[in-house]
Amino acid sequence: MPDTAAPPVPGPGGGSDSSRSPQLEARHLSKSFGGAKALDDVDLRVEKGEVHSLLGENGSGKSTLIKILAGFHAPEPGGELSINGRPVQLPLKPGEFRGFRMSFVHQHLALMPTLTVLENLLLPKLSTARGMRLSWGAERRRARQTLADFEVDLDLNAQVGSLSQIERALLAIVRAATELDEGGDGEEWGAGLLILDEPTVFLSEEGLQRLFRLVETVVARGASVIFVSHDLDEVLAVSDRATILRDGKVAGVVNSKETSKLRLVELIVGHELEAAMASDNRAPTAERMVEVGGLRTDNGVTDGVDFSLHRGEIVGITGLVGSGFDEIPYLLYGAWPGTEGTLSIDDQDWQLADMTPAKGLEAGMALIPANRQRDGSIASLSVADNVTMQVLGDYFRGLRLRSGEMSRQAAQTLRDFDVRPPRPDLRYSSLSGGNQQKVVLAKWLQQPRKLLLLHEPTQGVDVGARAQIFELIRAEAKGGTAALCASSDHEQLELLCDRVLILAHGRVVKELVGDEVKARRITQESLSAVSGIGEKEEDRG
Amino acid sequence: MTTQSQPTEAGKPPTGMLPKLGDEPGWRERLSFADLAERYALLVAWGIVIAVFGVLEPDTFLSSANFTSIFGSQTALVILTLALLIPLTAGDYDLSVAGVLGLSAMTIAVLNAQHGVPLGLSIAIAIGVGALIGLINGILIVGLKIESLIVTLGTGTILQGVVLWLSDSETVSGVSSKLVNAVIGVRFLGLPLEFYYGLAVALVVWYVFDHTPVGRRLLFTGRGKSVARLSGVAVGRVRIGAMVGSAVTASIAGVIYVGTSGSADTSSWSALLLPAFAAAFLGSTAIKPGRFNAWGSFIAVYFLVTGITGLQLLGVQAFVQQLFYGGALVAAVALRQILRRGEIEEEE
Repeated sequence: MPDTAAPPVPGPGGGSDSSRSPQLEARHLSKSFGGAKALDDVDLRVEKGEVHSLLGENGSGKSTLIKILAGFHAPEPGGELSINGRPVQLPLKPGEFRGFRMSFVHQHLALMPTLTVLENLLLPKLSTARGMRLSWGAERRRARQTLADFEVDLDLNAQVGSLSQIERALLAIVRAATELDEGGDGEEWGAGLLILDEPTVFLSEEGLQRLFRLVETVVARGASVIFVSHDLDEVLAVSDRATILRDGKVAGVVNSKETSKLRLVELIVGHELEAAMASDNRAPTAERMVEVGGLRTDNGVTDGVDFSLHRGEIVGITGLVGSGFDEIPYLLYGAWPGTEGTLSIDDQDWQLADMTPAKGLEAGMALIPANRQRDGSIASLSVADNVTMQVLGDYFRGLRLRSGEMSRQAAQTLRDFDVRPPRPDLRYSSLSGGNQQKVVLAKWLQQPRKLLLLHEPTQGVDVGARAQIFELIRAEAKGGTAALCASSDHEQLELLCDRVLILAHGRVVKELVGDEVKARRITQESLSAVSGIGEKEEDRG
Repeated sequence: MTTQSQPTEAGKPPTGMLPKLGDEPGWRERLSFADLAERYALLVAWGIVIAVFGVLEPDTFLSSANFTSIFGSQTALVILTLALLIPLTAGDYDLSVAGVLGLSAMTIAVLNAQHGVPLGLSIAIAIGVGALIGLINGILIVGLKIESLIVTLGTGTILQGVVLWLSDSETVSGVSSKLVNAVIGVRFLGLPLEFYYGLAVALVVWYVFDHTPVGRRLLFTGRGKSVARLSGVAVGRVRIGAMVGSAVTASIAGVIYVGTSGSADTSSWSALLLPAFAAAFLGSTAIKPGRFNAWGSFIAVYFLVTGITGLQLLGVQAFVQQLFYGGALVAAVALRQILRRGEIEEEE
């Protein structure tokens, strides 16, 4: 596809000034997973003392790039990496980044909630130090000094589990920043690079301001920061420059002071989509089939969600991470306690407070979970065991399970769902990702269902299987099933859905119908649901 | 049905670990030599043990009296092992089974011998008490989300205390001879009836595990709780049910235990816990490798007892029993781990 975005622009002081080599410079990084290019010849340059944002949709290659730096993934040959102007051998080994004065804070912060603030601060030291007697008094003084240096006010004796979300994020960042000072030898690798991988997802506005102040403090001490986020306001507020990835390539490098949210959205989304994979000649009916009312949870992740689905309609539901969209299928299905609200399917009413998976099945729901390994299937059992899990009762006749018949019927089901090879005796874990997902669909859809709940239905699935899975879902809808697809893959929503609901802060804030159901528009709306870009402005783009 | 050609059927190369079936659409089972060897290795090993001791001790080991003693004296252990299979399949440990066995035996002895309660009623009460203990275990494990290992370590120890308290720390004898007769008195095909009771319980466990939806639900719960739950399995109820099943079966083992001597003692039964675990894990490497299964465990018990009997006949000291059982448990768990390699769930 033609790249209509601006070519990468050199950063401030880039290239010409050899005395000021960048803190980190990566060139020609590529990485494929099973034939799909996750990263395609990507360059990244982070100056000393710079806050550099990394932007892009899910699947754009952000996390692959971060994981290469963390040593989780090995890039393809040809990639180069230098730290403080010194070339570094790729691939990095896991944990080797510490020696190069790099430090990571991931979304889940890696804190131990049952330990105290002090113990958490000392965690990296305790994990690696050898033969050292621990002087708690000295460590406490030092920790107090560290927190004071970073202007973070925390009680060293407090249990981390009792801290607020922002306090935990600050603690994790302070800990990572101190690791920069302790890792590496002398000035050889510069003043260090802190990589913040979406640490802001659950933070309030006030929390964000505290976090930004801390980032400024870290930078004032000479370190550089890579900041990964979805939130454009945050990116513009905190960073000097931003590299935007799209489809594994660099879509642009921009100077934060000289750009706008709109421009960033353009770079993130791009201008076109690959042609739809298959024509869709379904027509959803006008008949309302499913009504959801007042859906909310104890923990506030969803806060009063109402919507309805028509017979034969495929409705997408999306939003940014933390908006609550990805919980909806599980809440409707009764998978988690603490849910309130009503659900009606074909005029049959259910109270979500007493919904359970067993009742969900009875109500005619099917749930295709995103976490195939944990929730969808049992890897250590055979394909037949997995497929027949919910229909065992049908085969228990004359006081025994008809296992021959089960096996034959399972083989037929596998052929119907085009699982390859269609052998029920194989161990589930020996199938490819796409075929594993087709088995999960087969398990749930071999009997007629009224409401199909999908969560990231094509995650970790190759392109061919993805098209087939879309076909299976469309065929279900054609047969009169209503489908709800929670996904952060906006292209998928465009291809699959008749209508898309966008959530922010646990509520539906936008509904896209008909021609509005375009990946680019969905992304824009998801971003602006938080950032608040005006309607008119975006229509021009 | 005609055979379709499936150009894409190549799939992954067979790894030898996978049970292979014939070409579709027949689904005739065709086991490779490696599969057969894996399934029946324990039987072969048993044969070798018998052969070796037969050569070393032909007069005593190969006597019919010895075989009668091997097959006619281990039913309590067989049933106790089968009891363990139920929670193990559902993913929980039950360390209280030996205690339940001991309490069941003591309850029958105290009620029947000391208080003159009819035998049938005594047995019914003992099994009812067992069911209650299983229910308590299950509710603690599922309701309060406590590790089964810890809960049953606690309840098992409590039961030891209860047995001492019930019996005033003394062996209680004088249980109705009807029971003793029904367990070891009457013989069929040269073996005391108790052997057939063990066989019958194994048959029931095999049937439930392999031929009923309940057995599948136990397996699903043990292998993937989240999957089972989302598939509509009442995981909590299955786990509580497994603990009750285990305790009831262990109580039945207690009936056999008290029936072999007509008396109940205060602690000898506690030595059955480790052999039961050893046999359960060893059994899971045979017949249906990788799964806890009734016939594998049945064979494993007799394999272990044969080995120990042979060593004792050779004049090896009594401590060999602990070495043998302990070693078998560790070896079985290691072997099971090797068999299951590659099917460990990938969890993020």
